[in-house]
Amino acid sequence: MNALRRRTLQALPCLTARIFTTSAQLEAAAPAAVASKAALNKEFQVYRWDPDNGGKPTYKSYNVDINSCGPMMLDVLFKIKDEQDPTLAFRRSCREGICGSCAMNINGTNCLACLTKVERSPDTKTKVAPLPHMFVVKDLVVDMSNFYAQYKSINPFLQKKDTSSGKEYYQSREDRNKLDGLYECILCACCSTSCPSYWWNEDKYLGPAVLLQAYRWIVDSRDDFTKERIAQLDDAYKLYRCHTIMNCAKVCPKGLNPGKAIAKIKQSVHSGHAV
Amino acid sequence: MAAPRMTGLQRQVIHLYRRILRHTRTRSSDERDTIMTHARKEFERYRNVDKKNYQLIEHLLRKGDKQLSLISQSDVSGIRIVH
Repeated sequence: MNALRRRTLQALPCLTARIFTTSAQLEAAAPAAVASKAALNKEFQVYRWDPDNGGKPTYKSYNVDINSCGPMMLDVLFKIKDEQDPTLAFRRSCREGICGSCAMNINGTNCLACLTKVERSPDTKTKVAPLPHMFVVKDLVVDMSNFYAQYKSINPFLQKKDTSSGKEYYQSREDRNKLDGLYECILCACCSTSCPSYWWNEDKYLGPAVLLQAYRWIVDSRDDFTKERIAQLDDAYKLYRCHTIMNCAKVCPKGLNPGKAIAKIKQSVHSGHAV
Repeated sequence: MAAPRMTGLQRQVIHLYRRILRHTRTRSSDERDTIMTHARKEFERYRNVDKKNYQLIEHLLRKGDKQLSLISQSDVSGIRIVH
């Protein structure tokens, strides 16, 4: 037993040592590979506003060597934050387009910073702004509470009238296929904040993202409250502020079509059952 | 003497403060103290904000609103700011 303990104790330090050398080697190798490319400086104009400084919002310019930086806009923002201005605030998490945190307006289009490639031309400036028509908390961080409250209002969970069976709820392949193109939504709010109708009626119109989610629960074959869900949405503002502008489908970073889902809800309201 | 005429924004600020006061009535005296100390401190901190700085005042109103609804949750017993 003692021998075993001694052996593990000996093994541990060399294991940690090896881990350290590997990461050190990686760090040493990465800049060397990048340094072979000539610097390519590009100007980025980033929206800045800090309520604690009391100033007015401005666009601040940063010059970033995009050859010594990752290919995505999020990498550029990180490089600015790490090397030039640690006060820059933005939301991010997964860096692969699955969390929806880094939704922002880049060059006038809503998108996820982690899925948007940097325009390689050094002559043009890239403008980075928070999601349009949302209250800014700081820099690129916006207040999502209204959006989340609206999401909450549609009861985004499976509702059953009878839960006594205690078993899982089966669904046919055809019924499951109806959820494709709906369940992928990550609630980044790119679509809702690109919709002029939502800009003017943020408080009353639910917006494309929430309506897409509403439809996702309306067509779910396992849900027992389809009628109530449809009735809840039958409202001049909640649903019918959609004028099929279709900015939502254009900007969706996951390639979904909220406009189509809203059209399906309208049909469902008309026919009284899930379409 | 007539009450001073207030702008809509001023009224909203006063209204927020009164809502906080009213909320603390439902709390124990200990909880009331911690909540009111925090609220008073936040209001005093921005006492001298330029009254034309609508953007900041509206931002602070939203912030206050959010904090009040958070504190109003029944399982929240108070606030502590850690710097």
